Amino acid sequence: MAVQTAQLESYLESFTDFVRATAPETPAWLRDLRDTAFARFCEVGFPTTRNEDWRFTNISALARIPFRPARETDRVVAASLASSHLAAWHMENALSRLVFIDGLFVPALSTIGALPQGVVIDSLRNQIAQRPAFVAEHLGRYLDTVRDPFCALNTAFLEDGAFVHVPRGIALERPIHLLFVSTAGPAHTPTMTHPRNLIIAEEEAQAAIFEDYVSFGAEIHAFSNAVTELVARGNSNIEHFLIEREHLQSFNFSTLRIEQARSANVASHSLLAGGALVRNNVHPVLAGEGGECLINGLFIGSGRQHLDNYMLVEHASPHCASRQFYNGILDQHAHGVFHGRIIVHKNAQKTDAKQTNRNLLLADDAQIDTKPQLEIYADDVKCTHGATIGQIEDNALFYLRARGIGEIEARRLLLEAFAGECLGRIKSGPARDYAQAVVEARLFALATPAPSPAGAAETKERNWEEVG
Amino acid sequence: MSLLEIRNLHARVGGHEILKGIDLQVNAGEVHSIMGPNGSGKSTLAQVLSRREAFEVTEGAILFHGKDLLAMKPEEAACEGIFMAFQYPVEIPGVGNAYFVRTALNAIRKYRGLDQLDAMDFLPLYREKMRLLDMDEQFMNRSVNEGFSGGEKKRNEILQMAMLEPSLAILDETDSGLDIDALRIVAQGVNAMRSPDRAMIVVTHYQRLLDYITPDFVHVLVDGRIVRSGGADLALELEEKGYVSIESEARQTAPASA
Ligand SMILES: Nc1ncnc2c1ncn2[C@@H]1O[C@H](COP(=O)(O)OP(=O)(O)OP(=O)(O)O)[C@@H](O)[C@H]1O
Ligand SMILES: [Mg+2]
Repeated sequence: MAVQTAQLESYLESFTDFVRATAPETPAWLRDLRDTAFARFCEVGFPTTRNEDWRFTNISALARIPFRPARETDRVVAASLASSHLAAWHMENALSRLVFIDGLFVPALSTIGALPQGVVIDSLRNQIAQRPAFVAEHLGRYLDTVRDPFCALNTAFLEDGAFVHVPRGIALERPIHLLFVSTAGPAHTPTMTHPRNLIIAEEEAQAAIFEDYVSFGAEIHAFSNAVTELVARGNSNIEHFLIEREHLQSFNFSTLRIEQARSANVASHSLLAGGALVRNNVHPVLAGEGGECLINGLFIGSGRQHLDNYMLVEHASPHCASRQFYNGILDQHAHGVFHGRIIVHKNAQKTDAKQTNRNLLLADDAQIDTKPQLEIYADDVKCTHGATIGQIEDNALFYLRARGIGEIEARRLLLEAFAGECLGRIKSGPARDYAQAVVEARLFALATPAPSPAGAAETKERNWEEVG
Repeated sequence: MSLLEIRNLHARVGGHEILKGIDLQVNAGEVHSIMGPNGSGKSTLAQVLSRREAFEVTEGAILFHGKDLLAMKPEEAACEGIFMAFQYPVEIPGVGNAYFVRTALNAIRKYRGLDQLDAMDFLPLYREKMRLLDMDEQFMNRSVNEGFSGGEKKRNEILQMAMLEPSLAILDETDSGLDIDALRIVAQGVNAMRSPDRAMIVVTHYQRLLDYITPDFVHVLVDGRIVRSGGADLALELEEKGYVSIESEARQTAPASA
């Protein structure tokens, strides 16, 4: 379906403004990349639920809102944000912390730190200016902008994000924290951002990278549409994290495209706690023999949150293993989706692919759609999948209460145990502690019967007056 | 005042009346044994005492330390001093054994206005009780009852009891399925808990446990009623004659209520 005229006009206008504003700094190759992507977006438009990939997620509410990109003028306001305003999202022990306000890198709020020889951690925009040839070689090379209009849209408005390059044999012991703050802006109008991250881990490199999406200020509609391309060269070891905990007027779409070479070991951990309508795409391609990919996730929804996890795991080489584990906790009217697609290409013999989706529904109106989709073109493979949907077990709840533990605390313990399955799969200690604190805060809100909506603890409304 | 006073207790579960008028008085320091055939309502009585909501009390009253037990939630009953060792202990994946017991102990201490115990205060105590029950320290960090053998689960119940120090302990077939060594260890753990200000209700099918834990009173529960009460020797008589004869004797002596 083509983009509706009114929507198209809004996006066309934004794109024209964007192209004009960024023209001086834009090399020709990037202009081409954006133009092609925008043309593709206009051609296919937003998906409807008739599209199999979007069957459980209706995005018409998003399509109706005339989002505009955050512009240069807004950055003056962004710059008045002090680091104290970001204290709630401070990660202890981070190697580097890059802060992006409405999609744009803010050096004053960021700390790169002392890095081992050859490691580059920077904003993508800086790197496009400084190392255009290296960036051009990778940027957009792995992403499928034809299939997914949101990836096309991201590429059309591609401007900034994080750039991480870990050279051969370097192990970064501490995590890299990328903090994406969406704000209501000074005008309190719906803003869209299209963060674009490029992560290149050379052979035998090791790193943990955290993408953390939060909101600041009044709860105005915001649309964050991020794309990360992660290249894991031979024998590298990468842990990637996504935390979504924006306020309840947020639309958060993200795509993690992983390209794995021989014997590379990659883990993707997603934690969806906030946002109104969230779509989490994880798309690893196991392109070299002996690669291993862990796709681990937890989604926790209440109110009317809609949390959609779309996995596309491609086995393109023999002897690779992929493990998908997603746990969902849904309360009130929340709607969760787990769509786990596995494609085993013809030559990918001895593939070992496993998929498990476990869900707890805490209320009658909570809903989960879980759908495995296996497409196997090789003949010597092992693929298993399973899904469960249950409630908090009454026997377990009574057992805890019979020992003196109050009902709320007992529920919280059981929810934490269920969430703990996912946290337990995180290798990096500091990253696990950080994720655990987010989960605990979210579950505390969930177990406590109060009218306060999801994530209220972290996304308390703050006004620009306080900031400026 | 008795520690526990049950008066004319009627209870139903799943639409069926299971307890049909129970009267029982338990004083501090006493050990009562409740015996009876399958399905007679022993566990139902234990669950009512620990306030499981699915067991609906339709008539009667229970006073515990003089307070209305039936008005309490399970956690309140536990904080007031009731402990039931489950016939079928529940597995709780993802919740560590030691963490669970410390959380429970602290909930009870909070209820009673006592300080919270941190891990440093708690662990030596916990370790000591584990030794008493001959439990390996590795159980500490394992999930509650997950993958435990039957005997290990039962020992874990007694370990919890030893930590929580209830004033009324109800042991629901803690002996069932135990081999003789495990039975001795469990009985030893229970005996160590006997004290003048604590009472116990020991639910069992078999006389065997009573060789180690000598009860002051034995009650025979048949079809939701206590049909006979006596001293420790009643258990021996039961062992000899079986429930059937006791049941029919009881029916003969009280035909009107059948
Ligand atoms: N949740 C339930 N729903 C329906 N019926 C139940 C439920 N729990 C117990 N019952 C029934 O209540 C009756 C008494 O059960 P209870 O477990 O109290 O017996 P018991 O004396 O402990 O037996 P056993 O020696 O087998 O442990 C049985 O007929 C049982 O089937
Ligand atoms: Mg029973």
